[in-house]
Amino acid sequence: MDIHKTLVAALCLLFSAVLSAGEGHFQAQITEPYLELHTGPGRGYPIYYVIERAEQVEVLKRRTDWFKVRSHDGHEGWVTREQLERTQTLAGVATDLHEPGIGDFSSRRWELGVMGGDFDGADVLNAYVGYAFTENLSTEVSFTQALGLYSDSQMATINVLAQPFPTWRVSPFFTLGTGVIQTNPRVTLVQAEDQTDQVGLVGVGVRAYLTRRFVLRAEYKSYVIFTSRDDNEEIQEWKAGFSVFF
Amino acid sequence: MESRLLSILLGSACLLSLVAPIQAADTPQEQVIQPELDRRVYTEADIDTEDFEVGVFAGIMSVEDFGSNPVYGVRGAYHITEDFFLEAAYGRTDTEKTSFETLSGAAQLLTDDQREYSYYNLSVGYNLLPGEAFIGRNRAYNTALYVIAGVGSTDFAGSSHFTINFGAGYRFLVTDSIALHIDARDHMFELDLLGENKNTHNLEAHAGATLFF
Repeated sequence: MDIHKTLVAALCLLFSAVLSAGEGHFQAQITEPYLELHTGPGRGYPIYYVIERAEQVEVLKRRTDWFKVRSHDGHEGWVTREQLERTQTLAGVATDLHEPGIGDFSSRRWELGVMGGDFDGADVLNAYVGYAFTENLSTEVSFTQALGLYSDSQMATINVLAQPFPTWRVSPFFTLGTGVIQTNPRVTLVQAEDQTDQVGLVGVGVRAYLTRRFVLRAEYKSYVIFTSRDDNEEIQEWKAGFSVFF
Repeated sequence: MESRLLSILLGSACLLSLVAPIQAADTPQEQVIQPELDRRVYTEADIDTEDFEVGVFAGIMSVEDFGSNPVYGVRGAYHITEDFFLEAAYGRTDTEKTSFETLSGAAQLLTDDQREYSYYNLSVGYNLLPGEAFIGRNRAYNTALYVIAGVGSTDFAGSSHFTINFGAGYRFLVTDSIALHIDARDHMFELDLLGENKNTHNLEAHAGATLFF
């Protein structure tokens, strides 16, 4: 009978553990004299409660550099990263809130970014996704919209990027790519037709690590548009923007 | 799938076993749950970061010369710091005939397709006045009045136009994860529909709800 009961209890516990997976929270123990709980995740929100040294808090969530914690008697409030970093885990190790740094920048895998600039006199908007195979070599899919006085165009390209000095804070890169461009002349122009052409490009640029997961990026690209006319069209493009990496 | 099956099996096992031995439970209460069972240890990496915000909005948009109509859209935001956030938005609205077209009777400036107005933009927002709002004596909600500006593209009158937008909004957090927004925006772009380039101001006011995750 007892064995039966214990077994049932163990099963139920396991079951509830399966159900509540993800419900648990990181627990921190306060080592400074106190931990200040703000009413909101911002510097101006007043401190409405203070938890003393040696008590434990549950860390419920994070928003930007603020952490929502719950004390054992149920008070919930927001704590700065600086204060939470001065606590320790229940195992007695200093809490490590791993902030992404320049080291993560050189070992990044994914990069997502937006840029704006000038495409042969037209305003250009660009979004791209990059994936790094190694620290030096990555590939990118890039979508561009150029909005000019006489036409607007959409362009999708796939590029290969070489970054010879991946560990530099300001790191240059070179790129080669190809894709398609669709040009739509303004409706107010007479006898103009939409056209789709292949493009090839070569470019050079620079990435500058800013902070956390952010990178500033500027680049110059030279495009050759393989038009159906006799002459190919050459276009110079300047862009700057920023990206996030993961 | 496997873990769900496991859950269901375990769940039914629990229920059956708890229902069955009711008549046998005459002995005094004893502690059946052994507290020394291993628990999962949660680390710093388990802290849930909620910096992304997605949502929908609806409102009214006035397109210069082309009337005011309902506008609908989606928005996503990433909060970089407590002060700054990035926002991407997409919205669309219909436009009406200009007064000129209505009065003249026959003249049509645009086809029906060209009358559809849609935009996307990328903007940077700044929480200018963060604060709290009080409803009654016992409830406080976090809020922020923000200013926002950005660039994007507008599809209207048969072509795309480079568009600058700026405005202000109010974010009201119902819970830590659900927010209500009220937003007013000016979308500016050049339109050469009537033969000469003209800088148009297109005003939008909308309300929306977002979810942080």
